[in-house]
Amino acid sequence: MIVPLIKGLQITLKHLFKKPITLMYPEEKPDVAPNFRGLHALKVSHNKAKCVACYLCPTVCPAKCITVEAGEDANHDKYAAKYEIDMLRCIFCGYCVEACPVDALGMTQTFELANYKRSDFVFTKERLLEKK
Amino acid sequence: MAQKETMTLNMGPQHPSTHGVLRLVIELDGEIIDKITPHIGYLHRGIEKLSEHRTYHQALPLTDRMDYLAPMSNNLGYVLAVEKLLGIEVPERAKTVRVITAELTRLKSHLVWLACHALDIGAMTVFLYCFREREKVMSIYEKLSGARMTSNYYRVGGLSADVYAGFEKDVQEIIDTFPDFFDVYEGLLTKNTIWLQRTIGNGVISAEDAIDAGITGPALRGSGVDWDLRRDNPYSGYEKYGFKVPVGEKGDTFDRYKVRLVELREAVNIISQALKDLKPGPVLADLPQVCYPPKENVYNSIEGLIHHFKIASEGFAVPEGEVYQSVEAPKGELGYYLVSDGGNKPYRMRVRPPSFVNLSAIERMAKGSMIADLVAIIGTLDIVLGEIDR
Ligand code: SF4
Ligand code: SF4
Repeated sequence: MIVPLIKGLQITLKHLFKKPITLMYPEEKPDVAPNFRGLHALKVSHNKAKCVACYLCPTVCPAKCITVEAGEDANHDKYAAKYEIDMLRCIFCGYCVEACPVDALGMTQTFELANYKRSDFVFTKERLLEKK
Repeated sequence: MAQKETMTLNMGPQHPSTHGVLRLVIELDGEIIDKITPHIGYLHRGIEKLSEHRTYHQALPLTDRMDYLAPMSNNLGYVLAVEKLLGIEVPERAKTVRVITAELTRLKSHLVWLACHALDIGAMTVFLYCFREREKVMSIYEKLSGARMTSNYYRVGGLSADVYAGFEKDVQEIIDTFPDFFDVYEGLLTKNTIWLQRTIGNGVISAEDAIDAGITGPALRGSGVDWDLRRDNPYSGYEKYGFKVPVGEKGDTFDRYKVRLVELREAVNIISQALKDLKPGPVLADLPQVCYPPKENVYNSIEGLIHHFKIASEGFAVPEGEVYQSVEAPKGELGYYLVSDGGNKPYRMRVRPPSFVNLSAIERMAKGSMIADLVAIIGTLDIVLGEIDR
């Protein structure tokens, strides 16, 4: 009866001298995989967002949390005059990124999205633009 | 003559050992359980109904959220059902990766089961060790799919992306190291007197009762019924791999514990066979009607772009008909019954979740035992409320 208990104690004692694996979050940050599906980012090229307002991402989004409104710029090119993602509804499935035909949308490694006000979770185009 | 009087006790929904938001109304005769009525539905999100309003593509992430401890198994059942209805064939490589990831999922789910089961009975150490190992599977999940829990990695017709560089190495590391970890858990539990006294003879269910109740998975095999869908009704190429299906004898908590521990080792065995079997090739079927075309085609050719727009905007139509496809999820038989009216959305999706059916047997298992043993019985059933309530 006592032998198995001693054997168990042996195992735990061995672990006592191993290096702890605990991560001291938030001082230490975890390594997030490069393809992590975190906060979205609108990619920029030639100093403007690549998005051409094709409406594929709001169509494919299962949570229906993307709002796009198309506009016309000085060169008569279509662009997204309004682009908003409601992060409270987003399920981070990554379908919007998969659906974008011009590679204008990506997802970043940012996972700390807590905020104080509901309105702060609606990410406008300015907040979504990729930070270089 | 003294009159028998029972006391009604309410356990849950906020109880740490009910594994979620499960409420049990228990009729107690002293310390002996007379009757148990599970009250479920606290986590109901209407996944079956929601999927009627989503295309087949959009309904996939909903399935992640049923058994959140084993998302890839849920995805697997769903994509197999849709593929069966469409009558399409998936590339070999995708099948093999699906087997590897489904077995990794089994490791992940069983580790959480062992951790929580042991914690409920009072073995805190095992809990910490199991979560340490689970983290290794989680990091593979994260690198594969970009998410730790809601993987959404499979697609109808294959996979969303090929495996990352270094996947084989990570999986090989699991194959090499995990059996030693299982020895550690067994060293802590299998012969431990306290563990034996808490589990042997606890929550007994006979093979006939288990079959009557519709129990599946390790809980059924613990009662001595030799039934495993991976072997008896193979899918996704499981017929290529040899593995042992463990069965118990007495149908008590200890037998179910042993069955699941052998299953952990067998999952590693299947993974190592499947990893050897992994050959280069495409991971998504070349079916422009159903699957997204490769990104280069979308960026560079007008046909690719049109295909892409068509699939992203309205999904794909599935021929009229109905289909039932079940997989051996870590917790038992997970079945999807899909009815299609020929459109791009399921007309009806019904899920047969293993936890739901297994929970229904709780009264048969717990009647006549002490209230203190109920926690061990809930643990051994390995239920996940996300799946029960959907
Ligand atoms: S990640 Fe999914 S839910 Fe979130 S915005 Fe993109 S498509 Fe919608
Ligand atoms: S799919 Fe891409 S280009 Fe189209 S609206 Fe969305 S971000 Fe813009």
